[in-house]
Amino acid sequence: MTRVLRHSSATMSSAARAWLLLTPLLGVLARPLAAQEPSQGVRIGLTYSAGTRPGLYVLPLRGTNADSIRAILTRDLDFSDRLSVIAPDSGVPVTGALNYPLYARLGAAAVLQLSFNAAGGLHVVVHEVGAGRVLFTRDFPLSGTLHSAEWRFRLHAIADEIERQVTGAPGIAATRVLFVRGGTLWQVDSDGAFERPVSGVTSALGPVWHPSGTKVAYTELRDDGTHVVLRDLATGAVRRISTRRGANSSPAFSPDGRTIVYSSGEDGTDLFSVPMDGGEEYRVTVGRGSTNSQPSFAPDGRRLAFTTSRLGRPEIYITDSDGANPELLTTSGFGDQLYRADPAWSPDGRFVAFSTQIEGRFQVATIGLRDRAVKQHTMEGVNEDPAWAPDARHLVFTSSRSGTKQLWVLDTESGRLRQLTHGPASRMAAWSPRLSTAR
Amino acid sequence: MLNRSFVVLAVAGIALGAAACRPPAPEVAPTPTVNQDSIDAANAERARREAEERAARERREAEERAARERAAAEERARREAEERARAAMAAARAAFATAIYFELDKAELTSEARAVLDAKLPLLRANANVRIRIAGHADDRGSDEYNLALSQRRAAAAKRYLVDQGIPADRIDVAGFGEERPAAQGSGEDAWSKNRRDEFEIIVGGETLRLP
Repeated sequence: MTRVLRHSSATMSSAARAWLLLTPLLGVLARPLAAQEPSQGVRIGLTYSAGTRPGLYVLPLRGTNADSIRAILTRDLDFSDRLSVIAPDSGVPVTGALNYPLYARLGAAAVLQLSFNAAGGLHVVVHEVGAGRVLFTRDFPLSGTLHSAEWRFRLHAIADEIERQVTGAPGIAATRVLFVRGGTLWQVDSDGAFERPVSGVTSALGPVWHPSGTKVAYTELRDDGTHVVLRDLATGAVRRISTRRGANSSPAFSPDGRTIVYSSGEDGTDLFSVPMDGGEEYRVTVGRGSTNSQPSFAPDGRRLAFTTSRLGRPEIYITDSDGANPELLTTSGFGDQLYRADPAWSPDGRFVAFSTQIEGRFQVATIGLRDRAVKQHTMEGVNEDPAWAPDARHLVFTSSRSGTKQLWVLDTESGRLRQLTHGPASRMAAWSPRLSTAR
Repeated sequence: MLNRSFVVLAVAGIALGAAACRPPAPEVAPTPTVNQDSIDAANAERARREAEERAARERREAEERAARERAAAEERARREAEERARAAMAAARAAFATAIYFELDKAELTSEARAVLDAKLPLLRANANVRIRIAGHADDRGSDEYNLALSQRRAAAAKRYLVDQGIPADRIDVAGFGEERPAAQGSGEDAWSKNRRDEFEIIVGGETLRLP
């Protein structure tokens, strides 16, 4: 199921083990050496293979806010859907050496041991059960007001690092999801906490994140039509990207963040590409009065998926990013063959997620770029407008299944679903890249 | 009457006094008598003047009344005409504002939609200064973003038709609002069919509109 990818030196391992023996004693004592722990060298990963979920046993944590901290970390690790998290509610912090065979019997491939260091930060130790060794040790400062967005964000970043150490790929906890509620822009943390409006935005549809995570683009609805605007999240500065009258919508950033492609036109719409630093606009599609909209870049930036009505009904095409070689992507016979839209190219380049009408209702599906195999992911209610998480595994989409339009998160590997938003109707989600700050 | 008697008595007294103090007058002054005729004549004259004044007043009042009534009738007529003009203008505006509707996921004009657009032409032709905005809308079944483009095409289809009928293109703005501004709430063909529409609005020259 899991195997050790890289081995630390024997000395490093025994040093870590020796240190572990001291952990219970040092839990509440000043430990100035913590920063010099040999964590840098201990970068052993378990390989993660799709379809398997290594067990991660989370040991109890004692101290101020220990329950909140452990709960947030545990939930983040659980929401990644790559680990099977075992986190008993009760129990005392484990002192002394771990009884690795015991955790193996409990189904754990790894054990997470948490304690507070003298600075009030979190001391994290990850054990690899099979090898009976410490996999990873690090101290993380905990800053920000308790339970504030910043404070929680620190914990999300810790969870992502723990996941990276265990599975080889970081988690997606330190991310946010932008969405549209009441015609304006809102955001929510990846775990569903802090639904809050993006201040200063009066009208927004179809938001997308700039790859830097510091800017967003969206469509602004005004009485005279729609415009594409770029907003700096830190400063609130807004710049209008679209120049033409009529419909301007559906911005998408190239993966290198240097180009923005959007849909524009007065009678029929085409895709236009504009350099972010100014410069000539380039017309990508020649739709001759048809609708060409919803561009989504492949991760290499060389191709685009988009929705077009050139066949008379909305279908998904892919094209070179300069407009050459347009090709119908959704050729295979599935669903009502009436309406396919909302393409979203996965960050690993393997899939395009989209909405397709099945028995008159939208459902979320993915199509493989290599084999063109289609997989339907939803059944219940109306499900549409998927957007990928940076792990290329989770999708956030709009579903009516709870009675109102809400955002739901789907693990495309396991089919596991969770509801992300719980307030008034929410739609048009965009998952951020991994972020470095809570704002 | 008392006054006059007093005057007569006084005159008589003075005459008596004069007769007593002075040598007898060569002739006895005639005894003053009341001239009833002249009194009557004066009275009659006064009465006549008063009657004339009354008549004149009444004539004047009648004339004024007639003038007032004439003015009121004119005002009434004017108001009625205004009301009629207003109603005609309201009807013309309503005809102008009448929405057109589309089939599911279509931006092509139906024959019914073309007839509704035809009814807007006279007002547009009679008011060359007027600028309008056509706002396209979609029902909430399609993709939210795709609907922005679809609704824009619906607005553009109506513009193209009006331009083909001779209305200058620069007098017509178009915008697409997708499913963001529904005319009817709810899900079901009843609401959906009301929401797949173009709406028409005068954005310049609406205050000084002339009837066709």
